[in-house]
Amino acid sequence: MQRHSVSGNEFVAVTAETPGSAKPDPILIADHITRTFGGLTAVNVDHLEIQRGSITALIGPNGAGKTTFFNLLTGYDAPNSGTWSFNEKALNGIPPHKVARLGMVRTFQLTKALYRLTVLENMALGARGQKGESLLTSLFPWVWKAQEREIQEKAISILTNFKLIDKKDDFAAALSGGQRKLLEMARALMVEPEMVMLDEPMAGVNPALKQSLLEHIKELRTQGKTVLFVEHDMDMVHEISDWVIVMSQGQIIAEGTPTSVMKNEHVIEAYLGAHHDVDLSAEGEKK
Amino acid sequence: MDFLFIIQQTLSATIGVNTIIFALAAIGLNMHFGYTGLLNFGQAGFLAIGAYSVAVPVISFGLPLWVAFLIGIFNSVIFALILGVPTLRLRADYLAIVTIAAAEIVRQIARSATFNSTLGGSDGITGKFGAEFFALNPFKSGLNTPILRFNANDLWVVITGWLLVALIVFLMWIMVNSPWGRLMRAIREDEDAVRSLGKNVYLYKMQSLIIGGVIGACGGFVYALSRQSVQPDNYGTALTFFAYTVLILGGAARVFSPVIGAMIFWFLIVFIEQVLRQGVTNNLIPDWLIGANQVSQIRFMLMGIGLMLLMIYRPQGIFGDKKELALDAKA
Ligand SMILES: Nc1ncnc2c1ncn2[C@@H]1O[C@H](COP(=O)(O)OP(=O)(O)O)[C@@H](O)[C@H]1O
Ligand SMILES: [Mg+2]
Repeated sequence: MQRHSVSGNEFVAVTAETPGSAKPDPILIADHITRTFGGLTAVNVDHLEIQRGSITALIGPNGAGKTTFFNLLTGYDAPNSGTWSFNEKALNGIPPHKVARLGMVRTFQLTKALYRLTVLENMALGARGQKGESLLTSLFPWVWKAQEREIQEKAISILTNFKLIDKKDDFAAALSGGQRKLLEMARALMVEPEMVMLDEPMAGVNPALKQSLLEHIKELRTQGKTVLFVEHDMDMVHEISDWVIVMSQGQIIAEGTPTSVMKNEHVIEAYLGAHHDVDLSAEGEKK
Repeated sequence: MDFLFIIQQTLSATIGVNTIIFALAAIGLNMHFGYTGLLNFGQAGFLAIGAYSVAVPVISFGLPLWVAFLIGIFNSVIFALILGVPTLRLRADYLAIVTIAAAEIVRQIARSATFNSTLGGSDGITGKFGAEFFALNPFKSGLNTPILRFNANDLWVVITGWLLVALIVFLMWIMVNSPWGRLMRAIREDEDAVRSLGKNVYLYKMQSLIIGGVIGACGGFVYALSRQSVQPDNYGTALTFFAYTVLILGGAARVFSPVIGAMIFWFLIVFIEQVLRQGVTNNLIPDWLIGANQVSQIRFMLMGIGLMLLMIYRPQGIFGDKKELALDAKA
């Protein structure tokens, strides 16, 4: 297939709805990635491409290997085999902080707010290229004060957008679970990533906050960023994603638009178990 | 009871040489544990390296004292690298295990017969290696007032020692209030989160280990110089745990708290000791309860009880922030 640049979600029309299908302009490409824990194969992804500028949902039953796959892609874990690249740069063996610097920034399923730092400090930490973070220049505040002011301004503008501004001087530990999820996502944006990987950003978030989270994710696409997120709530997936990838037992079993994927029988099977079509009650009576 | 003598002894100890040594040891630990969350149980090793580095080059190799100081700083950096390179990529507990063992290895090497000629074996080193330092002493006589008393040498050590403490506290204060310090505290909270923001956590943990270690080695300098001798068994695990006691007393993650903690620590130790001693010699405390030669053990027991009470009623330490400590429970 010839690769060409398409904007927004136009790629949907020209992309095959098959596992591992090629995308017109992939930002992330993974090949033959496997990860085993003892006898268990947690991840076994043959081929996967993520379209640049899209919102892609990664769904699948609990234990499907989604988090493990995220860990592998972002350098937090090493695969048994496989190669993957981000913006055509091979990422094998690249440590997490370098992956983040390349523009692929993740959040965590179990939120990692920095509890005894204030909300504003959490945010400021995300900024890149801080002069005041080097050991020597930290001793000369006049070298980094101006940059620090800019960082705080940027942090404050994002916090305002995320409706966390009232909390800016509170310790992160004082936030609710949902607010911590918001903070983690806002903090990731301070890194100015090209691609954001969100592991269950909506879990434990109350409905009101959920709606604003959705808006923020859509806003990222408007800014031209790529979003890959793990989510269980199908309504949410339906509402914001251009493309859905389904994982089960470590493998990609389906890909496509939200509507088509949810009708896919492999997907229904994966979620409900292999024998959902068997009338269990009738069988039980016979025995 | 000679109350004035008790006061004089106690106050002199509160701002004395030992307070300076323990303050430096604990300031280093505060960098490690308070700000970065590194569990270093081998701080005594850094002090030992500082102490030996000041004595050995002068006595055995005839080098000037200032060169010995540089060697001490260099050696403590190397020691930090040896501890950090294999462990800082691993879980926090590995550093704890490796440091506690490494400090003991340092002590055992120092007291081993093999290096008897240079390191002095279990007797350590005694000699005039601080001569150049004391030659600069402008005080011809000591200080002898009703409430403070130092001999001329101690007075010089105390004054220069406090200047050193003040300088280090000042630098620490600037650093921990910079973005660098914010990054350190973030690592203490959750290093994986910090990695996800593009920061090289390993590098920063190494910086913390080195800085805290060098500050500990400065404590070793003061230890060696003040006594003009180095005894290997002064640098056992007990020293590390006393330094932690000092840190906890003051409250971790405040720049000043190790200094205050060290002052309180030595205030209590000497005050309890002096009161008990006077009580025993003046027969105010009966012999069957405490004998004259049990005083130095009893003072630590009382100190321990005091610490337990502190942990129960003020777990954040004297200067710590209770709210901040409570957050550690990861609400
Ligand atoms: N560190 C680990 N050690 C052993 N097994 C693991 C580890 N991490 C994940 N697993 C296993 O790998 C499988 C995939 O887990 P995970 O990636 O967390 O799934 P998901 O995020 O899709 O719910 C599960 O069976 C899980 O128990
Ligand atoms: Mg998961």
